[in-house]
Amino acid sequence: MSWFIAKRLVSLFVTLIFATIVIFAVLEIIPGDPARLMLGINATEDAVSALREQMGLNQPIFIRYLDWVTGLLSGDLGKSFTYSSQVSELIGERIWVSLPLALLALTLSTVIAIPIGLYAAARRGRTSDTSIMAATQFGIAIPNFWFALLLVYVFAVALRWVPAGGFPGWENGIWPALYSLFLPAIALALPQAAILSRVARSALIEVLGEDFIRTARAKGLTKSQTLWHHALRNAMIPVVTIMGLQFAFLLAGTIIIENVFYLPGLGRLVFQAITQHDLPVVQGTVLLLVATVVVINFLIDLLYAWIDPRLRSTTR
Amino acid sequence: MTVTSSNTKEQSTIARSTWQRALASRSFVIGVSITLLIVVLALLSFVWTPYDVAKLVITNRLKAPSTEFWFGTDHFGRDIFSMIMVGARNSIAVALVAVAIGMCIGIPLGAWAAAKRGWIDDVLMRANDLVFAFPSILSAVMITAIFGPGAINAIIAIGIFNIPVFARLTRGAALSLWSREYILAARVCGKSPARITVEHILPNITNLLIVQGTIQFSLGILAEAGLSYVGLGAQPPLPSWGRMLFEAQTMMAIGPHMAIFPGIAIILTVLGLNLMGDGLRDALDPKLRGEN
Repeated sequence: MSWFIAKRLVSLFVTLIFATIVIFAVLEIIPGDPARLMLGINATEDAVSALREQMGLNQPIFIRYLDWVTGLLSGDLGKSFTYSSQVSELIGERIWVSLPLALLALTLSTVIAIPIGLYAAARRGRTSDTSIMAATQFGIAIPNFWFALLLVYVFAVALRWVPAGGFPGWENGIWPALYSLFLPAIALALPQAAILSRVARSALIEVLGEDFIRTARAKGLTKSQTLWHHALRNAMIPVVTIMGLQFAFLLAGTIIIENVFYLPGLGRLVFQAITQHDLPVVQGTVLLLVATVVVINFLIDLLYAWIDPRLRSTTR
Repeated sequence: MTVTSSNTKEQSTIARSTWQRALASRSFVIGVSITLLIVVLALLSFVWTPYDVAKLVITNRLKAPSTEFWFGTDHFGRDIFSMIMVGARNSIAVALVAVAIGMCIGIPLGAWAAAKRGWIDDVLMRANDLVFAFPSILSAVMITAIFGPGAINAIIAIGIFNIPVFARLTRGAALSLWSREYILAARVCGKSPARITVEHILPNITNLLIVQGTIQFSLGILAEAGLSYVGLGAQPPLPSWGRMLFEAQTMMAIGPHMAIFPGIAIILTVLGLNLMGDGLRDALDPKLRGEN
């Protein structure tokens, strides 16, 4: 297992290093001079050149990359061109909207999906199972931002139960903040719950056909006891895997949902940064999201290997 | 000669039985019908739409659905049904080309990795991991930051994300075939890995690739709509489903139909493709029949 972890760790670091190279290189070739953009079109050449020097833009690209990566290692993502504050501070503020939103969506998705998957698997082939599976097909096809618009229309415009958007901030209390994240989280969670419930159902059906389930039933356990205590635990492997992948997807998905609900999270930050050519902010935010995906994939690999020892001996 | 003709006959029998199984699958038939309807509407829009989508008629603004305007009109008085027809073109084209990019680059890479193994396999799969780490929305954000928004950039962003999907699938499926006896026989006969891949490996994994193609196609429709919604996809005056939803956002209180119909169009298209994929998978893999 330790050899497997070591190999995977090396692979994780190599992927992360290449990710930094790709992100830095891609965003360095953006047309337009950041110094000129910051000072405006009426600025003199001398002022622009002085600012370029101050920002370190006259140094070779390799030196700038090394400076950036060295900064990353000490938690310094550089200084925003437009906000005049540290990128790490900006991300630190915004992540407290995006991260809780993704976590809340993942929780809702799991809470909805597992009982549905369990119910459908226990009633495999019956009308209720077929109806649930048909409903999940619809759920998968629903774009989350469209569902978000409908939620806004019903709960904010028609019923006036919740505000149509915005975020009061955690400093004004946990409940008002959670309340404002609730609709966006439902919009993100529903399509994911549809996928997760199908995975849970398939995994449960497979486990329910195993010998140990028959043994448990033969020993006198009721159907629901077998389902909850034996089948569900053993069917969790694919379910947890999909949940891990979904978390990365949900975090990236907040980019769109935050725009529907005007939430001041990482998504809004990155879109504003693009329009303002604020390179350090775009680089920092994209890197954070990519690193999250890579680390989650790494953890899923470890989880898989821990559960299934056969995978530790494979070369991949 | 006899062997070739018997093989051909056997293949055509398999194809016929697969087709019969697919047609017997309710989800396949429903899926194909929905998909065909959307494709026909998209193609029809090249020659005919009920109204001109480029013409703004302010006197017709925000009309509710009626016999005159089936899906109502938007805040500029444009017919929403006509816009959906034209928008279908964009969605289908973006998703189709993105799948083609994924297949054209991903399949050869996956097949090459499986045939060569060793360091080539390792390097290719690590490169795949790297591309996989960039969800299409993030790729689109970076591509847009460089080249500006547009349908072509949306295609590139979604297409790049499709490459590792097909590469991984092809590699995984091909690896399991490389250990089979008939592949060993082909190697003993002196066939090169490239020839074995083309003549034996790829024909045997085509089914898998077709099914994955329909799944990626439906994901491409959703991704394109999402990118257009945030302004990173097709640009005006070309109607796109995602941007129709963006424009509807501020009109929800007075014209909810502006959001409802483009959303239903996206759902139907994705649903049609998913059902078609499910039906095809069941038909092509007898083990899975009745599972879903």
